[in-house]
Amino acid sequence: MAAVLESLLREEVSVAAAVRWIARRTQSSEDSPGEAAVLRSLRPLRKEFVPFLLNFLREQSCRVLPQGPPTPAKAPGASATLPGRPGGPPRGGRGARSQLFPPPEPPSPAAEAPLARRGGRRRGPAPARERGSRGPGGPEEGVGGESLPWAGARRLRGSGSPSSPSLALCDPPNLSNLEEFPPVGSVPPGPAGTKPSRRINPTPVSEERSLSKPKTCFTSPPISCVPSSQPSALDTSPWGLGLPPGCRSLQEEREMLRKERSKQLQQSPTPSCPTPESGSPLPSRTGSLTDEAADPARVSSRQRLELVALVYSSCIAENLVPNLFLELFFVLQLLTARRMVAAKDSDLEPGPGVLESVGSPLFQSIHDCVFFAVRVLERQFPVLSYLDKGTLKLLAENERLLCFSPALQGRLRAAYEGSVAKVSLVMLPSAQAVSFQPETDNRANFSSDRAFHTFKKQRDVFYEVLREWEDHHEEPGWDFEKGLGSRIRAMMGQLSAACSHSHFVRLFQKQLLQMCQSPGGAGGTVLGEAPDVLSMLGADKLGRLRRLQERLVAPQSSGGPCPPPTFPGCQGFFRDFILSASSFQFNQHLMDSLSLKIRELNGLTLPPHEPNDDEGEADVDWQGERRQFAMVLLSLRLLAKFLGFVAFLPYRGPEPPPTRELQDSILALRSQVPPVLDVRTLLWQGLRARRAVLTVPWLVEFLSFADHIVPLLDYYRSIFSLLLHLHRSLVLAQEREGEMCFLNKLLLLAVLGWLFQIPTVPEDLFFSEEDQSDGFQVDAVSSEYGLDSVPVVDQQLLYTCCPYIGELRKLLASWVSGSSGRSGGFVRKITPTTTTGLGAQPPQTSQGLQAQLAQAFFHNQPPSLRRTVEFVAERIGSNCVKHIKATLVADLVRQAEALLQEQLVAQGQEGGEAAQLVESLCSQLCPHGAQALTQGREFCQKKSPGAVRALLPEETPAAVLSSAENIAVGLATEKACTWLSANITALIRREVKAAVSRILRAQGPEPAVRGERRGCSRACEHHAPLPSHLISEIKDVLSLAAGPRDPEEGVPPEHLEQLLGQLGQTLQCRQFLCPPAEQHLAKCSVELASLLVADKIPILGPPAQRRLERGQARRLLHMLLSLWKEDFQAPVPLRLLLSPRNVGLLADTRPREWDLLLFLLRELVEKGLMGRMEIEACLGSLRAAQWPEDFSEELATLFNLFLTEPPLPEPQLRACELVQPNRGTVLAQS
Amino acid sequence: MILTKAQYDEIAQCLVSVPPTRQSLRKLKQRFPSQSQATLLSIFSQEYQKHIKRTHAKHHTLEAIESYYQRYLNGVLKNGAAPVLLELANEVDYAPSLMARIILERFLQEHEETPPSKSVINSMLRDPSQIPDGVLANQVYQCTVNDCCYGPLVDCIKHAIGHEHEVLLRDLLLEKNLSFLDEDQLRAKGYDKTPDFILQVPVVMLCPLAVEGHIIHWIESKASFGDECSHHAYLHDQFWSYWNRFGPGLVIYWYGFIQELDCNRERGILLKACFPTDIVTLCHSTA
Repeated sequence: MAAVLESLLREEVSVAAAVRWIARRTQSSEDSPGEAAVLRSLRPLRKEFVPFLLNFLREQSCRVLPQGPPTPAKAPGASATLPGRPGGPPRGGRGARSQLFPPPEPPSPAAEAPLARRGGRRRGPAPARERGSRGPGGPEEGVGGESLPWAGARRLRGSGSPSSPSLALCDPPNLSNLEEFPPVGSVPPGPAGTKPSRRINPTPVSEERSLSKPKTCFTSPPISCVPSSQPSALDTSPWGLGLPPGCRSLQEEREMLRKERSKQLQQSPTPSCPTPESGSPLPSRTGSLTDEAADPARVSSRQRLELVALVYSSCIAENLVPNLFLELFFVLQLLTARRMVAAKDSDLEPGPGVLESVGSPLFQSIHDCVFFAVRVLERQFPVLSYLDKGTLKLLAENERLLCFSPALQGRLRAAYEGSVAKVSLVMLPSAQAVSFQPETDNRANFSSDRAFHTFKKQRDVFYEVLREWEDHHEEPGWDFEKGLGSRIRAMMGQLSAACSHSHFVRLFQKQLLQMCQSPGGAGGTVLGEAPDVLSMLGADKLGRLRRLQERLVAPQSSGGPCPPPTFPGCQGFFRDFILSASSFQFNQHLMDSLSLKIRELNGLTLPPHEPNDDEGEADVDWQGERRQFAMVLLSLRLLAKFLGFVAFLPYRGPEPPPTRELQDSILALRSQVPPVLDVRTLLWQGLRARRAVLTVPWLVEFLSFADHIVPLLDYYRSIFSLLLHLHRSLVLAQEREGEMCFLNKLLLLAVLGWLFQIPTVPEDLFFSEEDQSDGFQVDAVSSEYGLDSVPVVDQQLLYTCCPYIGELRKLLASWVSGSSGRSGGFVRKITPTTTTGLGAQPPQTSQGLQAQLAQAFFHNQPPSLRRTVEFVAERIGSNCVKHIKATLVADLVRQAEALLQEQLVAQGQEGGEAAQLVESLCSQLCPHGAQALTQGREFCQKKSPGAVRALLPEETPAAVLSSAENIAVGLATEKACTWLSANITALIRREVKAAVSRILRAQGPEPAVRGERRGCSRACEHHAPLPSHLISEIKDVLSLAAGPRDPEEGVPPEHLEQLLGQLGQTLQCRQFLCPPAEQHLAKCSVELASLLVADKIPILGPPAQRRLERGQARRLLHMLLSLWKEDFQAPVPLRLLLSPRNVGLLADTRPREWDLLLFLLRELVEKGLMGRMEIEACLGSLRAAQWPEDFSEELATLFNLFLTEPPLPEPQLRACELVQPNRGTVLAQS
Repeated sequence: MILTKAQYDEIAQCLVSVPPTRQSLRKLKQRFPSQSQATLLSIFSQEYQKHIKRTHAKHHTLEAIESYYQRYLNGVLKNGAAPVLLELANEVDYAPSLMARIILERFLQEHEETPPSKSVINSMLRDPSQIPDGVLANQVYQCTVNDCCYGPLVDCIKHAIGHEHEVLLRDLLLEKNLSFLDEDQLRAKGYDKTPDFILQVPVVMLCPLAVEGHIIHWIESKASFGDECSHHAYLHDQFWSYWNRFGPGLVIYWYGFIQELDCNRERGILLKACFPTDIVTLCHSTA
C-alpha cells in the first residue's frame, strides 16, 4: 500500500490510474504503459489499499482528534504493516501518547502468523473478538439479559502484508481509535479463557477526552456503562503489537494511564502545544480548550497532502469506502480539530525541505489537517450541496473553510441560499388507539362468543399496558419486565384460538405503524390537533411554535455517525412487549403478518413521476406522490426492522460460535431453514424493476438485526454480495439519463454504509469482495420508468431514515459553540403520518388483452388518471356489494321473515328446530341470489361514470374520459362480481339465520311490544316534566301514604291534581319516556287510585279536614281513568286495583266507603279498560282470601251489586248516579 | 356543578350514617342550600351505596338474618300495622329495601318447599301483592317505598334519569347538526364496546385559557355525580375502552364531578358537567 502511495508521490502513477486500479476496473487506455507496469507489480496489494488508506488516515489524525467522538473505521489492516517491518524501534508518527508505552518489541515470526490470520474471524480458530457493553436503547436491552456485541468494537487485522518495507507508521497503539481499543465493559462474567482478546479502553489521556463521550459512537458503549476496571481476567490480551509481558495486565496499564494523565494535568498550564513547524513553544495558554488558529500559510508538505486528499476523495467518489458519511464525518472532524496534542520534538520528522515520504506524519499541524479536510471537501461538494440547509449554513460560516478555500465557501454559500431543504426532526409522539372496525372486529369475525369477549378484554389490557408504559418508562428504576411482564404474559395466555392470535397481531401491528410513524408533515388530525385550530393560530405562529417545539424535543445526538440499530421512543415499547410476551405463537403470527404487509407495501404501485407541462397542477400531484412514497418507505422500514428483530431473535447471542466446528454445524443446520421472507427475490425484483430506492432501505433495516451466522449462509451471502455491487455502482458523480437520482443514491449509500458497519456484518465482507463489479448488471426490465429515476427522496426523508447524517451538523455546530462531543439522548425517527390503509392495490384484471390495452391507455395519461380510475373502481365495487346487501339481500330476508311467520302460525308457535328452519328457508331463497350479479353490474354501470367524471379535470378529452369511465365500470364490475359470485349464498344464509334467530327470540318469554308507538305531536316542544321527576313525586306520595310520617307531613289536594296533570303531559310528550319508566308510572298510577278509593292519602290541612273530599277524589279518579284510557301506551296493571292488598286498604277505614270502588269498577267497564268478566273473576278470587267477617259480607254485597248492574249502563242512569247519593254508599253503610 | 375535592369531602362528611329516607334528604338540602338538589341526591346515593357495600356482608351472616327475622316476627306479632321492618332497618343501619329482601327470602324459605329464585323475589319486591302474607306484603311495600337509595322504584328512577339525559344529549347533537351513531346502531353493527354516541365526524372542543382544543370522537352521558369511586370504575370498564377503540372523547357528568378527576384531558378523556358550548366542527369548504 505504502508502495502505491510512494509511487503516487513519486508521480510514477497518476491518481486517476491509481483509482481505476483500486476500483478494479479494467485497465483504461489512458493508463500509460509505465503506470500499468507499476500497478501490475502491486496487484496483490490492491485489495488492501483502501482499508490501509483509511486506517492510515485515522492513525495519522489521532493526535488532532482526541477530543471529538472518534470516527470508527471498520477497515481491516490498521496495523497490518507492523509484522512486516524489519524490526527496530518504531520511528516517526508518534504522538505524545505513544510515550505511554514502552517501545513494542518486534514480534517473532511465530507470533506473527496467528495475528495475521486473525483478519478473518471465520477463519481463525479463536477469532479475536472484542465486545463492548450495551448501549442504552440498543436492541440488546432485555434480550435475556445478555449483552450483545452491537456496541462492541472490533477490527480486522488485515492480512499481514510482508511487502511494505518502507512503511513505519503504525507503531504506537492508537489510543483514540476505539476501533483499535474498544472498551472493556459488559462482557458477561463467563469463562475468561474463551475470550482471549478483550481490549481495554484506556482512560483518555486528554482532559477533553474524559469529558466527551466518545463511546456513544457505534463502536463503543456510553461512558457510563464502562466499569471502572476489569481485573486481570484479560491476561492474554493480544495487543497484536507485541507488548512486553509486563505490560499486559490491564491494571498495570490503567495505572500507567492514570499516572500519565495526572502528569498531563499538572502540565496543562504550561506550554503544551509546540508547533512542529517552528519548533518553538507557543505562548502559554490556559485551558486546554482553546482552539488553535489554522493558517494556510503554515501548511507543511502541501503536495503530499494534496495527493493523499485526491486519492482519498477519489476512493470516496468511487464508493470504495464502506461508508460515505463516516468519511465525511471524519473529514469534518479534521476541519474542526481544535489543537494538536503535543508531540515530542524528537518524534517529529524535520519538516520542510526533507523529501516528503509516507514515513513522516501526514498531519503535522492543525494547518495540515484543515488543509487536507478542505481539499477533500472541495471534491465532495456535490454531496455537501445536498445536505440540509442547517448543515450548509454551518459549513458556509466556518471561518477555517473560508480561510483555506474561499471558492468552496462561495459555492457553499450559494448552495445554502438556494437550498429549500429544511429538515425538521420534531417528534410528536401521539399514542392513538387503533380504531375499531366492525368489518374486521365484530363478533362475526370470531369463532365463538368467548373468543370475541376475550379479545375485547385483551384489547383493553393491551392499551392499559401501553398507557402505563407511557407514564412510567422514563422514570428511573422502572423496569418493563417487572412492571408489565406478568400482565402481558397473562394476557397472551388467554389467546388460545389461532384466530384470536391473528386478531391481536393485527392490532399490534396497526398500533405499531400508527405510533412509531410519528407524524412529521401533514396530518393534523392524527397529531391530535384540529386543522381549524391550527389555522386559527396562523401559519406564522404555528411555524414558530413548531420550531420551538423542535428545539425542546429534538434529541441532541443519535449516538455518533454510526449508531447501532435501536428502538427509539415508542418502538421500545413494542420491542419490550415482544420480549416480555415471549410467546412462540405470537411471534409466528407477527412474522406472518409483518411479512405479508411488507410484501404488500413493497409491491405497491407508486406511479412514477413524469415531468408535466403545467407545473402548478403537477406539483400538487407530485407532492402527494412524494409523501406517499415516504409513507410507504417508512412503514416498510419499521415493519422490516421488527420482522428482522423477531425473525433473528432466537439466534441472537452475544458472540459468534467459539469454534469452527460448532460454527459449521450451526451453518449446516441453519441453511436448512427457509428464510422468513424471501428477501432475496424481493431484492432481485426491486433491482430489476428499478425500485431499489424502495426495497433496499427496508432490507437494510431487516438485515441490521441479523445474527452472526446469517451473513455466512449462502442465501444471505448472496444478498450481501448484491448489496455490495449495488453500493459500488451508485457513483454519485455519474448522472446519466435514466440513472438513479442523486438523493435516491445518497439515501442508498447512507443506509448501506450504515449496514456495513453493523457488528454482525463481517468486517472483511466489504473489502474482500472478489467479483468484478462489472459483473453486476441487472437487466432492468422496465428500466425506463423505475422509481429509482424519480426524485422520490428529499432531504427530509433522507434525514429521517438516516438521522446519523445529522451528526455532521452537530459536529459543525459544536465547533461553533466551542464544546465538542456533547451528546446524549437518541434520535427518534420522524416519519410522515399514516394511519390505516396506504392505498389499495390495483385490482387484478384477468382478461389479458383488455388489461394490456388498459395499461397502454394509462401509459400516456397522467398518473392521477390511473389512480382515479382505480380508486373509483375499488370504491364502487365495494359499494356495489353493500348495495346488494341493502337491497336484494334485505328483500330476501324480509321474505324469509314472512315465510317464517306463516310457518309459525301454521305450526302453532312450534316452529321446530331453528337450524331446520334456516335450511328450508335458505333452500327456497338462495337461488334468488343469482340476481345479485345482474344487479351488481347495473349498479357499477350506473355509478362509476359519474364518479370518474367528477374526479377528473374538466379539460379531459371526451374520448379519454369515456375510456376511463369504461375501464372504471369494468374494473368495478369485476371486483364486485368476483366477490358476489363467491359469497352471495353465504351472505344470504348468514342474514337469514340472523333473522330467524331474531324472530324466534321475539317469540320467547317476553313478547315484543306490538303495535306502533305514538310519538308526540310535531308541535310538541318537549317541555313536559321528566318521567323520572314524576316517578319520584308519586313515590313521595306513596311513601307518605304508606307511612310512617311526621305529624306535619301531608299532600295538598291541589298537588295531587297537578301531579296527574303533569303525568298527562309527560305521557303525551313521550320524548323522554322509556318503556320501564312508563310501566312504573302505570303501576304507580294504579296504586294511587287504590289509595284514593280507600281514602288513604294524608291531606295537608287542619286536622278536621285531613281527608279528601268525595268530589275531589272522584275528579282525580276520572283523571286517572282518562290517562289509562287515552295516554298510557304501556299496559296498565288494572287488576291490581282488585288485589287483596289494595282492597284490603279499605278494611282499615271506618266507616268503610265502597262507593268509590264501585264507581271505579263501573267506569273501567264503561271505558272498556277492563271486561266485566275480568272484574267478576277478580272479585271472585277476592272472596277466597281471608278477611274479617264483616268485611267479607260487605265484599259479597259489592259483588252482587256489581253483578246486578246492566252490562251497558244507560246514560240517564249514570247521570242520576252522579247527582244522587249512590246506592253503593247506602249499601255499604247499611 | 363541579366541586373541588375539598367541597366534595365536606358534603360526604355529612352523610355518614344517615338513613336513606325522605326526611334525611330534606335535611341535607337545608344544610347545603347552594348545591343543586339533584347533585346532592346523587352524591348521597353514591355515598350510601359505598356504605352499604362496606357493611353488606355483616348483614348477611346466618346469625344476623336469623336475628332480624325473629325481631320482625316479634314486632308484627305485637302490632302488624307498625313499621316494624322499616324501623329495624334504620336501627341496624341497613337499607330498608335490602332488609325487606332479607326477611322476604327468609320467610319464603320457611313457607315454600323449594328455595325461592331470585326472579321470584324480585317480582315480589316489585309487586308486593304477590307476597302470600298480607302483613309482610305491607311491611315490604313500606320499606321499598320509603327507601330513596335502593329498591325497584329507585332503580327505575335512576334508569329513567339516565335515559332522559341521553335523549337530551341526542337532541343537543341534532340541534348542532352533528351526525352520530347511537348505542343501538353500534350494537347492531357488532361493536364490542358502545359509548352513548360516536360522532361520525369528530369535533374539537375549545377550552378557555388553552391554546389548543380537544378532539372528541365519542360522548358518554352519565346522569350522576362523578366521584372518585364511580369515575375510576367507569374509566376502567368504559372510558378507556372507548378510547382504545375510537380515540379521544367526552364524558358528561350531568350532576357534576370532582374537579381533580378531570386529569386525563391530554390523554383523551375529557369531563364536562354540561354539553360543551365551544365546539369547532370540520368546515366543508364550498370552494
